Amino acid sequence: MNITNSKYEEALERYNKKILDASAQEMVLNMGPQHPSTHGVLRLELITDGEIVKEVIPHMGYLHRCFEKHAESLTYQQTIPFTDRMDYLASMNNSHIWTMGVERMMGIDKDIPKRIEYIRVLVCELNRIASHLIAIGTYGIDIGAFTPFLWCFRDREHIMGMLEWASGSRMLYNYIWVGGLFYDLPVGFEERCREFVDYFKPKLIELNELLTNNQIFISRTANVGVLPMDVAINYGCSGPMLRGSGLKWDLRRIDGYSVYPELEFDVPIGNGEMGTIGDCWDRYKVRVDEIAQSLRIVEQCLDRLQKELKRTPDFDPRAKMPRKITPKVQDFYIRGEGAKGELGFYFIHNDARSEIPFRVKSRGPSFCNLSVLPAIAKGVMIADLIAIIGSIDFVLGEVDR
Amino acid sequence: MNLEEIKSILIQKFGESVIVGEETTGLQPALMIDPDRIADVCLELRDNPKTYFDFLSCLSGVDYGVETNRFGVVYHLASIPYQTQLTLKVSKENNRNLDNLPSFPSISSVYHSADWHEREAFDMEGIFFEGHPDLRRILMPDDWEGYPLRKDYKNAEYYKGIKID
Repeated sequence: MNITNSKYEEALERYNKKILDASAQEMVLNMGPQHPSTHGVLRLELITDGEIVKEVIPHMGYLHRCFEKHAESLTYQQTIPFTDRMDYLASMNNSHIWTMGVERMMGIDKDIPKRIEYIRVLVCELNRIASHLIAIGTYGIDIGAFTPFLWCFRDREHIMGMLEWASGSRMLYNYIWVGGLFYDLPVGFEERCREFVDYFKPKLIELNELLTNNQIFISRTANVGVLPMDVAINYGCSGPMLRGSGLKWDLRRIDGYSVYPELEFDVPIGNGEMGTIGDCWDRYKVRVDEIAQSLRIVEQCLDRLQKELKRTPDFDPRAKMPRKITPKVQDFYIRGEGAKGELGFYFIHNDARSEIPFRVKSRGPSFCNLSVLPAIAKGVMIADLIAIIGSIDFVLGEVDR
Repeated sequence: MNLEEIKSILIQKFGESVIVGEETTGLQPALMIDPDRIADVCLELRDNPKTYFDFLSCLSGVDYGVETNRFGVVYHLASIPYQTQLTLKVSKENNRNLDNLPSFPSISSVYHSADWHEREAFDMEGIFFEGHPDLRRILMPDDWEGYPLRKDYKNAEYYKGIKID
């Protein structure tokens, strides 16, 4: 197969020429695909002038596992394990949003029992805490602080253990199913979870004392990588990135899906406490504050799960599961707040008897958040670039899908 | 702001021909837009104080199947001030000749987030975007042949002389 239309190769040639034409003063520096601070297999091509980064060209695709192609040949239920592998640090959130989309397409989203919805929110928020702990811990390591990394992983281990207890797997759970759950929570889960919350609250204060108010950390992150709100919106940033820029935009509040309208929590935003609004420190702080809010949600979920929605012997989390998942012919876009931002799935279903979607497009928050990097990393020092990358907190599994 | 009001704003600005159809049966209604005017429509929807669709949630390239030979792009816009959502669709027929890809105007000058999304649509469906600043492949290697998410795509047997199992 030979393509003769040069129009489609033009951009590639332009890029090749740009790299070749780097002048004698400039240096083309490859950061990654195997670099500790890129948090995965991301390759950044830097055109540098001394210590100054003149341009960043990200190259993705090293972790592309053809999620959308797989989804076109598997049923809705079978695709759930694949959604887990997108943002593998917050798998519960991915499958929650996927199942929510399928349930709305089938029109059964109102029939899901309250206990199931609360369990879903509970595990999603636990997973969000785990994801933010990784973001904070590895951010510390990028900046040069080793201790917070160990502390964060120590605390995350409790969450991993609890979710393994519930689902049988440490990271890729396949726990939330269309119309129900894999199993009910194991007996004693609520008590164990409450123990964790009581254990974790003082640890969060310790973490704040160690990192948030650390002068070295502040000097490295405040006023670095400032992302103004209008730029963030135009580049499609969402989640802690957008909130760090000072916009109160949380889809859990805006769309009010699942049982989030019944729960009390605040939406923390960046306010430029240490430098400018939208700098790396603000994004970091938003994540720390979100952990505290997630803990609040977890506590409220536990209250209800132990009182009015208490487990009963005849409760079957698979009771509402449809035998065949055959939605009506339609297009549907579902969005929800993943750990990194707005996670969306666009379904096209064109055969009312089929259980397989015609086309699925996934909108990964990390993908859009990363796309702002070339814009905010222009003219910074290489060391600051590391700080910016860490503060974006992307997961390559979701960028490449 | 409902769909009728958005339609009347667009018709007032661009004339009747800009909206070529609409889908109101599903849960999320969609407007079909004249493919050549999509960038202007997006700019108007973004800047008009009555709509302010300032956030591009998602941009998907779609191959509507081998029988129809139709390719399309679906835009999911969101308005942050008004907390509303809107779906726009454009589509075109194409004979699947790899020398003549279906081509739509790029909206990356309106929403920067469209930049990478359009690269992905180019990479996966082989949809060309006129006026895109840097339309290279994004997820597949630069020398990959064919467009994997097309419905007539045949799995590659070799990549650089290496057999793919």
